[in-house]
Amino acid sequence: MTEKKHAVAIEVNGMAFQAEVPARLTLVDFLRDEARLTGTHVGCEHGICGACSVLFDSLPVRACLMFAWQAHGHKVTTVEGLANPDGSPSPLQDSFCETHALQCGYCTPGMIVAAHALLEENRSPSEADVREAIAGNLCRCTGYQQIVDAVQLAARRLGETR
Amino acid sequence: MKAAPFEFARAASLAEACALLARHGADAKLIAGGQSLVPMMAMRLARPAFLIDINGAADMQGIEFSAETITLGAAVRQRQIERDASLAARLPLLGKALRWVGHAQTRNRGTLGGSIVHADPSAELPLAACVLDATLLLRDTAGETEVPAREFMLAPMVVAITPDQCLAAVRFPAWTEARTGCAFDEVSLRQGDFAIVGAAAQIALDAGGKCVRAALGTSSAPIPQAHAEIAQRLVGTSLDDAVIADAAADVARAVEPDADLHASAEYRRHLAGVLAKRVLMAARDEARGRR
Amino acid sequence: MSAAAGTGFRYIGKKRRAKEHPRFTAGHGRFVADIALPQMKHVALVTSPYACARIARIDAAKAHAVRGCIYVLTGKELCAAVDPLLVGVDAPLVKRFPLANGVARYAGEWVVAVVADSRAAAEDAAEKVEIEYQPLPYNVDPEKALDAAAPLVHPEHGSNLLYQREFVWGPVAEDFARAAQRLSFRARWHRSATVPIETFGVLAKWDAGRGILDVWASIQMPKFPDQTARALRLPGSAVRVHFDVDVGGSYGVKRGIKHAVLVGYLAKKLGFPVRLIEDRLENMRGGDMHGPDRIFDLEVAFDADATIRSLKIRALDDVGAYAGRAPLQLGKPVGAIVGPYRIGSVAYEPICVLTNKTAQEAVRGFGQSPTNFALETALDRVARHLGLDRVEVRRRNLIRKHEFPYLIPSGTTYDSGDYHAVLDKALAAAGYAELVATRDAARAAGKLAGIGISTCLEPSGGNSAFEPLFNPKNETTTWMDSCLVRVDLSGSITGVMNTSSAGQAHETLVATCVGEILERDPASIRVVRADSLVALPSNSPVGSRMAIMLGGAAAGAARKVRARLIAIAAHQFECSVEDIEYRDGDASLKGAPSRRLSWDQLVEIAHRKFHLLPPGIEPGLQEKFVWQVPTGGMLPTPEGRIQMYPCTSFEAHLVYVEIDRDTGRPSLQRYVCGHDCGVMINPDVVHGMTYGGIAHGIGAALYERFAYSDTGQLQSQTFMDYLMPSAIEVPALRIVDHCTPSPLTTFGQKGSGEAGYLGAPAAIASAVNDALAPLGAAIDELPMTPHDIWKQIKKKLR
Repeated sequence: MTEKKHAVAIEVNGMAFQAEVPARLTLVDFLRDEARLTGTHVGCEHGICGACSVLFDSLPVRACLMFAWQAHGHKVTTVEGLANPDGSPSPLQDSFCETHALQCGYCTPGMIVAAHALLEENRSPSEADVREAIAGNLCRCTGYQQIVDAVQLAARRLGETR
Repeated sequence: MKAAPFEFARAASLAEACALLARHGADAKLIAGGQSLVPMMAMRLARPAFLIDINGAADMQGIEFSAETITLGAAVRQRQIERDASLAARLPLLGKALRWVGHAQTRNRGTLGGSIVHADPSAELPLAACVLDATLLLRDTAGETEVPAREFMLAPMVVAITPDQCLAAVRFPAWTEARTGCAFDEVSLRQGDFAIVGAAAQIALDAGGKCVRAALGTSSAPIPQAHAEIAQRLVGTSLDDAVIADAAADVARAVEPDADLHASAEYRRHLAGVLAKRVLMAARDEARGRR
Repeated sequence: MSAAAGTGFRYIGKKRRAKEHPRFTAGHGRFVADIALPQMKHVALVTSPYACARIARIDAAKAHAVRGCIYVLTGKELCAAVDPLLVGVDAPLVKRFPLANGVARYAGEWVVAVVADSRAAAEDAAEKVEIEYQPLPYNVDPEKALDAAAPLVHPEHGSNLLYQREFVWGPVAEDFARAAQRLSFRARWHRSATVPIETFGVLAKWDAGRGILDVWASIQMPKFPDQTARALRLPGSAVRVHFDVDVGGSYGVKRGIKHAVLVGYLAKKLGFPVRLIEDRLENMRGGDMHGPDRIFDLEVAFDADATIRSLKIRALDDVGAYAGRAPLQLGKPVGAIVGPYRIGSVAYEPICVLTNKTAQEAVRGFGQSPTNFALETALDRVARHLGLDRVEVRRRNLIRKHEFPYLIPSGTTYDSGDYHAVLDKALAAAGYAELVATRDAARAAGKLAGIGISTCLEPSGGNSAFEPLFNPKNETTTWMDSCLVRVDLSGSITGVMNTSSAGQAHETLVATCVGEILERDPASIRVVRADSLVALPSNSPVGSRMAIMLGGAAAGAARKVRARLIAIAAHQFECSVEDIEYRDGDASLKGAPSRRLSWDQLVEIAHRKFHLLPPGIEPGLQEKFVWQVPTGGMLPTPEGRIQMYPCTSFEAHLVYVEIDRDTGRPSLQRYVCGHDCGVMINPDVVHGMTYGGIAHGIGAALYERFAYSDTGQLQSQTFMDYLMPSAIEVPALRIVDHCTPSPLTTFGQKGSGEAGYLGAPAAIASAVNDALAPLGAAIDELPMTPHDIWKQIKKKLR
């Protein structure tokens, strides 16, 4: 039994990606295996850990819980697409580096996506706001403290450039 | 954990969804947010041969207000409900329930209807729908059927829907009393987890502080329960602490919870009473604060 | 060379961004699942549904018919072709292979491996493998494992006892007889693990032309290349492990030998690269990454002033159905068996049993955290019994600052410390007096509120002398690490490390230490990793050892490079090396600064101007440093006394909790950790691991448990039931630092990779019990769920 392939076209980080993929291929597997953007990670495949978080039409979602064909015609942004246009780290990415908000780096892309979405909506988040925004992203290395520091630092820096 | 193979079609409308269901029958499942269905497919606990995607069905995403009802399309996203100012004003219990649902990523995709039809016994939206005595509008190619939310859940993950039917919309009665208050509370192990026990209440007071309308429900497994009789006994009282305590004790007696890895039946029963009291008090205090 | 308290360093101890960060924040890490080789095949596992069953028949016909299925490997084939994996204790008849060998001994054990063109196809084919099982009797109760009637997990071994010994250090009987009082209790640490977000993965490729098996893995395991080669019956030089794979967290668990042997065998047999990335179910049920599962029975002998005279500790651990290094987690705590206290004698009886559960491997702290939980429970119980303040009881028993180096009854000397100072700092940072007032006010208002305290040790340096201690046939005393530093023709410095990392910022560590010695900016220093064919000896980042061992090796190699540069300069200036002033990489003649050779000039001489080199000096500019752990190298005495880890770091935790009386739900509201790991090479890195360790500890104390049903089924096998703390469950954490340098290490640094985890569960248990104390209730089992807490409240309110 050959699985039928479906033509899927998704705009990822501003670039068009097309592939012929089976129905059951998840969005995260599409991004990693078809688009070869391996920054988005797989941690649980059942929608809890958040390592697979990407922006789907600008909102953070779990890419392991979507099938690639569901994203056909939509816009996805992964961590690779969050840098500045010249490729330098965004204030948020740089803030993560500044406060040591990562160790192994595995949860980091999803964490940055979730934090990015928060800062798009809320430029001066309280500590509670930050913790709420990243509550769907599990980290086993950092204990979250320096991540909270990074997001609040990024908020201040973004506030300064307004 | 890759899902078993399947095929799919996108339904651009409710009618198309029903037609596809009629064609594919028991082999098909509707997919909206996928937050409950896809994990089960990944674990191969669910293996639909055919998925009908309703994310593009615009006629399932509307929110309509009338004088007496508020009707939400089944595919309205949880995120949208959270942020809709009119819903916050006229159907606040849904927003309060959503504070306990998953995380941002979950609510950005999850839908009202998806949660209700998936019917996890400790999910928040099914409980809210029961408490508010919502009516579920089911549609198939033959027409529309109305089922009270309070009769929809039969057992954990088992609902009164045929393979050909699609939940089209959920209609909530509007409470027009000026002094209305509501509350949702739950005990879960972590924020965002399904509840060990959840409770919801909505009450309305007259100008003198007497209760004129009350709704109360708990989810302690196996299915969410609307405690209609207990709620009705609150009407006409001033909802003082003693009355509420009695009602809470009645709730603890009325529930028949399950035991599982995280909680015994006895603990759940106890929590049902504790939370019933808390939500009644919070709802009452909110209503008292209104003129 | 070490300077006191971190002062006087240029780079050591200063804030510095980790070199590793840019790639991870950009999404350009290189984890094993990111590596795709042409024609790579994928593995999925078929696992046993039974706690114990004979595998009667395997029919793979339908699996083979699945499109994309390449091969179906049974235990029968594999176990005949590879050697069993090493057991840490002397139990050669407890044989362990990557696939079940005739009998599956736990639910979730890997029985058949399916190889296919894609992971999805492998899972499709795996579903179609038909296996006939004959269920056998099983046991999942560790206390029943030693009953005469208990089903044997490994009949050939003759019992379910894997290891037992009674150690008596010091005059235990006399101390108990002389002590004014005694108490006894049981403390239970249920099974959990540090569960990384990345599962274990391994990719192997057999190069038939060269006879080399290339291996990329998410690995944290001493002697991984050697053990993999050995099991595959290959010479060590036939296995090349690439240590430059980023590892998505390990915290002890990623030992991966069975995975690597399985995939190595398949790669060699099939001629394709083969990759296994555990899915979460395979990982939780059969990845063998569970942690200690321990019952402590303690007896404490003490005087009326709370001076603790002696301890009797019986520790029973349920390692599951097989044993690699896991039993040794009862041995490492020997090196800190009295905790930070001046206890004069100890009787310790570790007992390791087999049951039909998933096998344990190793978890952060290697058994020290459960032991600290038991010890701290003892301190709290003594205090409660005597009606004394728990802080005061600790003050009276903590080793005094002037008593270091301090020899404990089991033979380990603690190198340095000032436990009272750290405790005082933690109390001050927590605002202890005010916290007590807050607690008392909450209690007066009818709430359940408690303050938790723990003062615990973090042994560091990784002298794994528990290996010969628990298995006299294993006379391993070498615990080494290494670094090579090279300066190329352009003057760029490269440090080469010889093992993998999992988020500990080792590249930054090496660059900082090399930069400190060579007085060159660490930002300019590249750090790479050798593969196992060219690597110098390393024992991996385990046992909080890398700051000491890798830091020391990097500094040692850099010193040799510096010495060579000075020798080159001295030869040019025709003076002795003592007359050379070395600054920032330039060398000049003391008193005549115009006679100077710059870094670039020195490098040029080293590489290109042989005629200017002093006699006997090698051409080029590279040095290696390989060294043994300080204070290591000895075998245990017949009484089982041994110097274990060289350095002891110390932590003092204070936590405030309020418990909802009606639901039993605890809420952590303030958390302070006083921490002393000597000189911190990179404070952000140390703090980060401590915060993370505390979060792991919160998980173990309140949320995480691998729970088994009576029928031996793992009930918490997904993240829906195995609950890990998010940013909501972990409160704001505050660390206050203290520094008592180690006299044994290059810069005075001690290790701290396990910090936070070693003291947090004890502190949280202490807090919950303080909150329950007014009710006369107590819990001595972890995790403490709201249900567990509520049961205690209810019991006592009657």
